[in-house]
Amino acid sequence: MAENVHTAPATVERPPALTLGPIGWLRANLFNTWYNAILTILIAWALFSIVPPLLRWAIANASGFDATSQQCRAASGACWAFVSEKLRFILFGTFPYDEQWRPLVAVAIIIMTLAAAANRRFWKPWFVAVALGALALVGVLMWGGAFGLTYVENSLWGGLPLTLILSVLGLSVAFPFSILLALGRRSDMPVVRAFSVAYIELIRGVPLVSLLFMASVMLPLFLPTGVTIDKLLRAIVAFILFEAAYMAEAIRGGLQAMPKGQYEAADALGLNYWQAMRKIILPQALAISIPPLVNTFISTFKDTSLVIIIGLYDLLGTAKAALSDPAWRGFYREAYLFIGVIYWCFCFSMSKYSRWLEKDLYRGHRR
Amino acid sequence: MAAINLHERTAVGDAIIQCLGVHKWYGEFHVLKDINLSVAKGERIVVCGPSGSGKSTLIRCLNRLEEHQKGNIVIDGIELTGNLKNIELVRREVGMVFQHFNLFPHLTVLENCTLAPIWVRKKPKAEAEAIAMKYLERVRIAEQAPKYPGQLSGGQQQRVAIARALCMNPKIMLFDEPTSALDPEMVKEVLDVMINLAESGMTMLCVTHEMGFAKSVADRVIFMDRGEIVEQAPPKEFFSNPKSDRTKLFLSQILNH
Repeated sequence: MAENVHTAPATVERPPALTLGPIGWLRANLFNTWYNAILTILIAWALFSIVPPLLRWAIANASGFDATSQQCRAASGACWAFVSEKLRFILFGTFPYDEQWRPLVAVAIIIMTLAAAANRRFWKPWFVAVALGALALVGVLMWGGAFGLTYVENSLWGGLPLTLILSVLGLSVAFPFSILLALGRRSDMPVVRAFSVAYIELIRGVPLVSLLFMASVMLPLFLPTGVTIDKLLRAIVAFILFEAAYMAEAIRGGLQAMPKGQYEAADALGLNYWQAMRKIILPQALAISIPPLVNTFISTFKDTSLVIIIGLYDLLGTAKAALSDPAWRGFYREAYLFIGVIYWCFCFSMSKYSRWLEKDLYRGHRR
Repeated sequence: MAAINLHERTAVGDAIIQCLGVHKWYGEFHVLKDINLSVAKGERIVVCGPSGSGKSTLIRCLNRLEEHQKGNIVIDGIELTGNLKNIELVRREVGMVFQHFNLFPHLTVLENCTLAPIWVRKKPKAEAEAIAMKYLERVRIAEQAPKYPGQLSGGQQQRVAIARALCMNPKIMLFDEPTSALDPEMVKEVLDVMINLAESGMTMLCVTHEMGFAKSVADRVIFMDRGEIVEQAPPKEFFSNPKSDRTKLFLSQILNH
């Protein structure tokens, strides 16, 4: 009997031709129901009416990268000369022009460190030292005042390095803090729990803008006269406080999704609280929390543009400032499209990476 | 303390588990009522009873997964109180196997087994792995060591869970309905491992409905109902000549289906 099971039938019956090939695909995916067919036609019409004009504006009618602003105004298409003219200002802000290789190298270091941190092989305690080393290097490059580099005060920093420093430093300090808050919120100790709940609810209850204002305007009121805290540092602290509360809630979701049996098994084996958290609970809870955490990461990255209200010029700020040059006034479409593309590249890589990481963490051990 | 004299085996060696007048409530609900139990070293005990009778709660009190509110529980000379240090000491000596295995899904089978020896017993990694392989061998699953729990069948997972508990070299093993969540064809492989363990002289407390297991390896069968120990006796006596009506009813329900 067993041999017969695997013998092929004499004739192989093919599925009906209309379910195969491109026509079959169209029928199955785009025109399988009448409302789907209507949607398909509507979307095709929308694409047809948007894409060609956009391409005409961006490419066909655009003036070249080295056009003057007069030539640009004469042309009906995009003025990419604005971007090439203002590129270094948008990317590096008011950093001294001749020294702008320094923020460029700093950005490269930050991106390389992030790329390395994305690799699970480097998820080891010693990598913290590497990251701190990279941070110190970025600090030296940006501030200077050592190794023959001229000193540049941080009120002159701007553009992409500022955006990256604010978000990367803010998130990486907020992350461990948020884990403690999430654990605190689920703690058996009433005082710890009350503090965590109060902190999270207080911070989540106010807009980030008001927190930034408080950090820049209110905080100095509480400090003794003569003591000032750097504006950039205050902004970073505000980000850390804010993001820690949001991430703590994302992580709490992961903790709550953990089956009780995992806690009990860890207890029954004699692991103490911190061992159980570190080895059993957090590795699984954080993996579950990846989607909401990345959501927070992405919104933080974009929220850094709010620092403009306390006088810091991040990527969006420098683009706006570039538009205020009378010679190039009015090319806001080009400016926003350009920085939009930069923001999108970073956010999309985060989102791509998180999806890969989720798969990688779950490989082999799906329940 | 009549329990101790019920069976001659209990007189051999010292009591490794002592429960004296143990009570537990869930809110207003009285789940354990005046439990007195003494278990000798090397004794094999099967705890049975209808669902909700408190049998799981009882053995979960023995390693403080549940807290009792009245009475004393002394395990291997250490009393279980709110003292965290004592609780950790007791848990090192008491292995537990759960109904739903509770393996750590993000760790391999080998890592599941070496985690506690490395972190709790502070054993070097190589030694912990050697011990783990020894016990995985013993539950006949050594070839699965590099796999993740999710890749194993229920019976295999439960055998890993037993090996994981044994790796801590416990003095007492608690089993909380270890075969209840298994597909029927996998029950035997787990029971075989448990019988093998019982023959090695391990002190075992096992909550189970496997009456065959109780008959063949238990020294004493404890019947619980509504939070009380109703009856305890050696298996022969327990099954052939139950004393109380509640026991008779339970046995008639469980044996004649």
